[in-house]
Amino acid sequence: MTETILKVDQISLAFGGVKALTDVSFDVNKGEVFSIIGPNGAGKTSMLNCISGRYRPNKGAIHFDNTDVTNLRPNDRADLGIGRTFQNLALFGHMSVLDNIMVGRHHLMKNNWLTGPLYWASPAQKEELVHRRQVEEIIDFLDISHVRKAVAGTLSYGLRKRVELARAIALKPKLILLDEPMAGMNLEEKEDMARYILDLNEEFGITVVMIEHDMGVVMDISHQVMVLDFGKKLICGLPDEVMADEHVRQAYLGLEEDEQLQEVG
Amino acid sequence: MSSLAMRPCGDFRTSYKKDNTIFETKTIRLVATLAIAAACFAPLVLDGYFLTLFIQISYLGIAALGLNILVGFTGQISLGHGAFFGFGAFASAWLNTSFNIPVALCIPLAGFLTMAVGMMFGMPAARIKGLYLAIATLAAQFIIEDFFARAEWFSGGSSGSMAAPVNLLGFEFDTDQSFYYIALFALVFMYIWGCNLMRSRDGRAFVAVRDHYLSAEIMGVKLNKYRLLSFGISSFYAGIGGALYAHYLGYVSAEGFTIFMSIQFLAMIIIGGLGSIKGTLMGVIFMVLLPEMLETGVGLMKYTDWGNIPMVTDGLAYIKEMAIGLVIILFLIFEPEGLAHRWAQIKNYWKFYPFSY
Repeated sequence: MTETILKVDQISLAFGGVKALTDVSFDVNKGEVFSIIGPNGAGKTSMLNCISGRYRPNKGAIHFDNTDVTNLRPNDRADLGIGRTFQNLALFGHMSVLDNIMVGRHHLMKNNWLTGPLYWASPAQKEELVHRRQVEEIIDFLDISHVRKAVAGTLSYGLRKRVELARAIALKPKLILLDEPMAGMNLEEKEDMARYILDLNEEFGITVVMIEHDMGVVMDISHQVMVLDFGKKLICGLPDEVMADEHVRQAYLGLEEDEQLQEVG
Repeated sequence: MSSLAMRPCGDFRTSYKKDNTIFETKTIRLVATLAIAAACFAPLVLDGYFLTLFIQISYLGIAALGLNILVGFTGQISLGHGAFFGFGAFASAWLNTSFNIPVALCIPLAGFLTMAVGMMFGMPAARIKGLYLAIATLAAQFIIEDFFARAEWFSGGSSGSMAAPVNLLGFEFDTDQSFYYIALFALVFMYIWGCNLMRSRDGRAFVAVRDHYLSAEIMGVKLNKYRLLSFGISSFYAGIGGALYAHYLGYVSAEGFTIFMSIQFLAMIIIGGLGSIKGTLMGVIFMVLLPEMLETGVGLMKYTDWGNIPMVTDGLAYIKEMAIGLVIILFLIFEPEGLAHRWAQIKNYWKFYPFSY
């Protein structure tokens, strides 16, 4: 049951003298929700960028589904089944929501610049419609059918986040990387998003690696939590273990005021 | 491109197929079909002058659509489009005279040949962006122009080369009236090709690369491949346009394919609307008809009091050129998003009339 899908091995990443990540290793099991937390600048997004291929680590290796992906280009990783969303929205602003999500199907489709334009005289039309149907299922799942023809750049923040999630799901990923899926949302939107994440994890069987600052959500829905601080791994374990850890409390969650007072004595 | 605009109440789509059409509504499709059908009868009523204008619009329109796919849809830039247009013209004439390939076959072949050359020069495009790419394509413009002047085997050097008229099943398309049909067919075919391209996989990939190349790559789009392919397709269109031009005029000489032509293509798509297929055609029509209108307008000046001033009568040609420049500048200031955008606004105005706010 506990099959490892993502194996991060001794990753180090430095930008000049700034060490973003130092010897970080962790394993993500198939089918779990894995959260990365840590203070600002701890290297969480750098870690995600290493997994999705935007950065190449200086040292170490990343194995996905028993393949070494350390030096693959991002588009090859998409073929293997890694999808992601971005912290600062990265939708295709001038395309419709539908087209945005259809781009996610890119690596699953076959028609090209010669067969695509022949449309009716080639299998392209049929293929487009098959994928359209599957995309509509994702649209239904995320409740964005009312905006499917809207231009993505004109949507509200919460909707854009959902469209980004839809686009990532459209890749049919085995592993989905979510960079702060709930940042800047109100309670209701957060609840919705948490439910979507749980659903895509449980129903679609997609493994989730996410960065999130909302501790309540992280502790509620994660199977494993890893804490980064200054590019180093502090601890990785069950949410309760992490919550109880003294270092984590100091580094990230901070001491309660009365605790501080007690310490000062 | 389809939006909620112009969709009458009650036109509900019940299948994804109906929702994926090129034309937004049945009415628009009907109007377009009728317009094409009516265009088929144009040679019977219109005289040669208008047919020439139409033919000009069609070969320039095809080439401009190619540039719009590159600049408007993929977000690259090219200052060498005029040279590729010329390459298509020479290539088609060369294929016909040197290998005796029938002209009807030469035109698409010239397109593919230009595509290959365009991809060769587009190689840097996969690596550089913005101004640097503009300079690299400027180099392509001058290298190809120089090639026309030196490669006598290909272009006939300074004397130019002859291009035979299109010959299909023994029928020669050597008059304005007959070539009109070739031009019409090519225009409709290449525009449908463009529409279909933009609603299928690779077209979406182009736009994705333009809008956000980092996330496009994460979504599985090979950046280098699509930047190069966009260059290829744009040159393909330029080549087809050029080949039509060659076989229409019957004679190709290198003088016309200068940087000025490349900039004119850019002006067409900017005026028409970057990233809009119908805008491209609007821009081309505008740019072809503008000099003609101004010619007439400036001609009228002769009959006013101005006509007595020798400076004005001598400078009529210059006034025309300056007026073209002025119109383009005014366009960039007041309608930077192009005719396509203005068209959409007019449509919306009537849709909500009289509540136009």
